[in-house]
Amino acid sequence: MSQRPRPEPVQIIKERRDKALRALVGGIPYIRFLGIRFDRRGDELTAVLPFDEKLIGNPYLPAIHGGVTSAFLEITAMIELSWSGLWEEMEKGTLDPRALDEAHLPRLPKTIDFTVDYLRSGLPRDAYARARVNRSGRRYASVHVEAWQDNRARLFAQATGHFLIPGRAARD
Amino acid sequence: MTDPSPAQRFIDAIPHARALGLQLQEIADGKAVMTMPYAEALIGDPATGVIAGGAVSALMDTCCGAAVMSYPGARGTATLDLRIDYMRAAKPGQRIIARAECFHASRTVAFVRATAHDEDEGLPVATASGAFTMESTTAKPEGKA
Repeated sequence: MSQRPRPEPVQIIKERRDKALRALVGGIPYIRFLGIRFDRRGDELTAVLPFDEKLIGNPYLPAIHGGVTSAFLEITAMIELSWSGLWEEMEKGTLDPRALDEAHLPRLPKTIDFTVDYLRSGLPRDAYARARVNRSGRRYASVHVEAWQDNRARLFAQATGHFLIPGRAARD
Repeated sequence: MTDPSPAQRFIDAIPHARALGLQLQEIADGKAVMTMPYAEALIGDPATGVIAGGAVSALMDTCCGAAVMSYPGARGTATLDLRIDYMRAAKPGQRIIARAECFHASRTVAFVRATAHDEDEGLPVATASGAFTMESTTAKPEGKA
């Protein structure tokens, strides 16, 4: 099978991509613990953190815990980085998402360092985040991520992190 | 111990600290020691069972905040920025211990560094450094006693 596959019905493509995303995100307990989900438009991901009482760090304001904000940004960056690699392989046809399940997940990148700027306090409302892979080499990647609540232009936090990219052939 | 210390009550009043099961071990004069038990809900890599980096940063952030709150004259604080360096994966099944020190504070800003270990006290799992806002009880700098 060296020829490119013929164009497929849109629904089949969507299902395949959504399945790959679910396989990537669904297997991580900590993502479930925080209640984060990912919305997809083409290859663009938006992480959504629905507000929950257990995310509160300051009960008097109240405000979302700074650690939750940091974790939300880090997860968004890490999933974006994995997803961009997965997407590329999926589009090239070198990866069949049907082979992805709980037991065959792509190896996740490892965080080397992560720096968060807290710009305003996280309100007791849903939060959103999007990450951008600024550089992704063979071993290292640099990812920037922004989070907002009611207003896309008013970020409440942003972060930059460096990640170690797992060897793609290291584990199937 | 049925009666938690005022410091532990302060931690218990933070819903997310409770969700993580954080325990304050020591707190005084700008230093804090805090632990987070291992829990399956906090796993970040299902292939290895290693705790998510985000959970470690939540522990570090809380511990750093507690260190600032215990700095003489501090009334309130919030994180301005926090950088975490991850040295190695925490061992699955082990609790994580964070130690934070507020090593300098002006009337408006506190500087903090922290380390996190699992039960192996050698190489830290992670280190952190950050700047925190400082709301102090004194409007003016205090004279040296």
